[in-house]
Amino acid sequence: MPINITMPALSPTMEEGNLAKWLVKEGDKVSSGDVIAEIETDKATMEVEAVDEGTVGKIVVPEGSQGVKVNELIAVLLEDGEDASAIDTSGGGKSDADSGAKDSGSKPEKGDAASAPAGDEKVPSVPGSSSSIEVGAKAATDPVPAPKTSDGGRIFASPLARRLAQLNGLDLKALSGSGPHGRIIKRDIEAALESGTGKAAAKDAEAPKAAAASAPAKGQSAEQVLGLFDKDSYELVPHDGMRKTIAKRLTESKQTIPHFYVSVDCELDALLALRAQLNDAAARDKDGKPAYKLSVNDMTIKALALALRDVPMANVSWTDDNMVVHKHADVGVAVAIPGGLITPIIRRAEEKPLSVVSNEMKDLGKRAKERKLKPDEYQGGTTAVSNMGMMGVKNFSAVVNPPHATILAVGAGEKRPVVKDGELAVATVMSVTLSTDHRCVDGALGAELLAAFKGYIENPMSMLV
Amino acid sequence: MADTNYDVIIIGSGPGGYVTAIRSAQLGFKTAIVEREHMGGICLNWGCIPTKALLRSAEIYHYMQHAKDYGLSAEKVSFDPAAVVKRSRGVSGQLNGGIGYLMKKNKVDIIWGEAKIAKAGEVTVSKPTKKAMEPQHPAPKGTKGEGTYKAKHIIVATGARPRVIPGIEPDGKDIWTYFEAMVPPSMPKSLIVMGSGAIGIEFASFYRTMGAEVTVIEMMPTIMPVEDPEISGLAKKQLEKQGIKFLLEAKVSQVKKGSGGVTATVETKDGKKQELTAEKMISAVGVVGNIEKLGLEDLGVKTDRGCVVIDGYGKTNVPGIYAIGDVAGPPMLAHKAEHEGVICIEKIAGKDVHPMDKSMIPGCTYCNPQVASVGLTEPKAKEAGYDIKVGRFPFVGNGKAIALGEPDGMVKTIFDAKTGQLLGAHMVGAEVTELIQGYVVAMNLETTEEDLMHTVFPHPTLSEMMKESVLDAYGRVLNI
Repeated sequence: MPINITMPALSPTMEEGNLAKWLVKEGDKVSSGDVIAEIETDKATMEVEAVDEGTVGKIVVPEGSQGVKVNELIAVLLEDGEDASAIDTSGGGKSDADSGAKDSGSKPEKGDAASAPAGDEKVPSVPGSSSSIEVGAKAATDPVPAPKTSDGGRIFASPLARRLAQLNGLDLKALSGSGPHGRIIKRDIEAALESGTGKAAAKDAEAPKAAAASAPAKGQSAEQVLGLFDKDSYELVPHDGMRKTIAKRLTESKQTIPHFYVSVDCELDALLALRAQLNDAAARDKDGKPAYKLSVNDMTIKALALALRDVPMANVSWTDDNMVVHKHADVGVAVAIPGGLITPIIRRAEEKPLSVVSNEMKDLGKRAKERKLKPDEYQGGTTAVSNMGMMGVKNFSAVVNPPHATILAVGAGEKRPVVKDGELAVATVMSVTLSTDHRCVDGALGAELLAAFKGYIENPMSMLV
Repeated sequence: MADTNYDVIIIGSGPGGYVTAIRSAQLGFKTAIVEREHMGGICLNWGCIPTKALLRSAEIYHYMQHAKDYGLSAEKVSFDPAAVVKRSRGVSGQLNGGIGYLMKKNKVDIIWGEAKIAKAGEVTVSKPTKKAMEPQHPAPKGTKGEGTYKAKHIIVATGARPRVIPGIEPDGKDIWTYFEAMVPPSMPKSLIVMGSGAIGIEFASFYRTMGAEVTVIEMMPTIMPVEDPEISGLAKKQLEKQGIKFLLEAKVSQVKKGSGGVTATVETKDGKKQELTAEKMISAVGVVGNIEKLGLEDLGVKTDRGCVVIDGYGKTNVPGIYAIGDVAGPPMLAHKAEHEGVICIEKIAGKDVHPMDKSMIPGCTYCNPQVASVGLTEPKAKEAGYDIKVGRFPFVGNGKAIALGEPDGMVKTIFDAKTGQLLGAHMVGAEVTELIQGYVVAMNLETTEEDLMHTVFPHPTLSEMMKESVLDAYGRVLNI
């Protein structure tokens, strides 16, 4: 059955976009992960990658088309053994997109984001959109890309005005130009800076792509780096969308979030005992498969969720204007996958029984490794857990993923000598380090959250009630 | 008497006035222009244009003298001063006639005579009291004459005249201004030029090429004081190589006239005095605005140091009275006058215009080597607090310059290190007066270094140096 490829929604507000470029032509074979097209929106040029294998049967929307509606059929992919006669584009547009979604509805979109993304790159699950494509942010090659209006038209601004807007974090879309034909010139930028209009909030969804995209580029230039090595002493591996997103998001995080760290040791013996007990008690189906198999990680997720419930002021997100106080603990869990990592989310983890948390985590982790998560499964969240205990790491600090205000870095549980009642004893101890966004979670609050977390870990029965 | 009511009357038909008149007519205003002496003003008759004709003769003469360098032979190379002047007058006359044609074509009435603003909205024109400079081009036909004319808007575009230093008054015989220097009866054997601005240096270059011993006296520590000192320094070296002598930080305190010409007492900074004798002397110590006899004082129009005070759109403090060009203040350049006039009349017409940005007015000096510049000099940029990047590219690194036999010169660019804004460009060398406009457009469109680097410059041209200079500012120069 031919697979319909439709115009993806690249941002929450996107209604239409320009099909800037086809990178494949009819008859080309594509496999999962191939970049097949570039789409321009008001915010960025994005790459469209194929998820499915097949042959490009028909390109429906030609290169250079402006204002292509989201969900409009743009191309058809033929599976093995199909020929072009299988294509029926007569319905066109929306209806095709709908059927496309039905056909391939079981193939979830794979995420471009390494971790819970925020801001303008949100790729929401758009009802009716075909899921046989994915998008990846394309790093701007031009330091100051030509800006676009919200309807995809060109914003006329002088090169100097563009650069000044970039340097000052101004959104050109918010300005009006006083130059010939309404061109935005230096004078307009200066006026805007004076009046404070057009200032883009750092994590506002409307933050200018240009400013964000350029942030990671401020390190050494490629020439500078390569100059330090012999020419044949390395190979160059081009970045994929995930790598670029990781670089961009984490650079942005470290540059804009004042990080602050709190560490604590937790004794695990009681938790391990309870875990064994619970796993033994799990009901088994007719094949003898248990209904759940709890891991230490599952219990860590649950403990953090409950701790956030108990210390609600730590379950927050920062915006310039407000503190976003979340009503539920949506815990992202960093999952290492080939070529990067992604952070699927256990929503309302404080409400869910351990068995549900555990089974959800298994499913999300498996699909994350297959790159088959839906965007709403990895976007957002109110906190995150990064566990490197299974790799023998004792302790580490993690980078906060906005919009989270916290992330918990979990080390290995290991037998250590401890002093109990004045006596030396042996206990299984796990070190954890909480990284917080100091703008919204201060030191004492972080310590309070960690104390609550430690309480659940060391008195695990409390997680069951 | 024909109709005497106008929307706009412009006083003075120099490059500022006549261009404003054309634009005014284009905008639908009923327009008249008043002129007492010569259509086209100083520029066309006694300034920019005829000097370029003289300098062209000098340039060709120079090439003929150096024919051998190009594998050519030209023997008994000489010139006829009268013929050189005649050609210059011919060029001037042709363009002077052209202005009359342009006025007619655009239905701008010419009123011949001397204007006085009787009151806001009213101009009286009478017989010229000033004796016209000779030789005089014929006045255009079909002009209106003396009388009283009414206009809602009166634009003063009366230009400027040579500044006179008391005690060293030009007499037209031994001490010249540009008027006499433009039409020498014979080539002087020796010449003192007072002032090393564009006018002084151009005449120094012309007369030196034609064989005169030339000494230039300048009060400032560098020649062409408005130019970037590095560029004017290079120009000075070239001019000195050709035999021009310079006395810097010096001023003429006294001039005695005798049978052998003039003897100037020159005082240098260290207090030393020396006497210089030459056949002729040119006084080129700047120009002053023609603000007199216009009735401006009676009307209460504000003036400052010999110029009418205006806002960014040519408006004076008196409603209905405007001023543009030299009479409205420096820089006293024809192209500034033209642009100022257009801004003024478009503003009157209610167009959406922006005030004059004086930071982007180019300046050109047509000596050999030529000097051209726009924007801030290096010292001025530093003074303004900019953190700057400076690019330099010498003519010797450019293929076309070598082919032309013009290996001396430099293109210098100054960028704001923070934003990449082109703050200034300064050039010395062959044809740079034709090159500068590339940077002027770039500055006006607010390009950054990046756009200039992304621009393809044709090969082989001198313009390639303009790109190389930009590359040099960012450590990426290719051909040096």
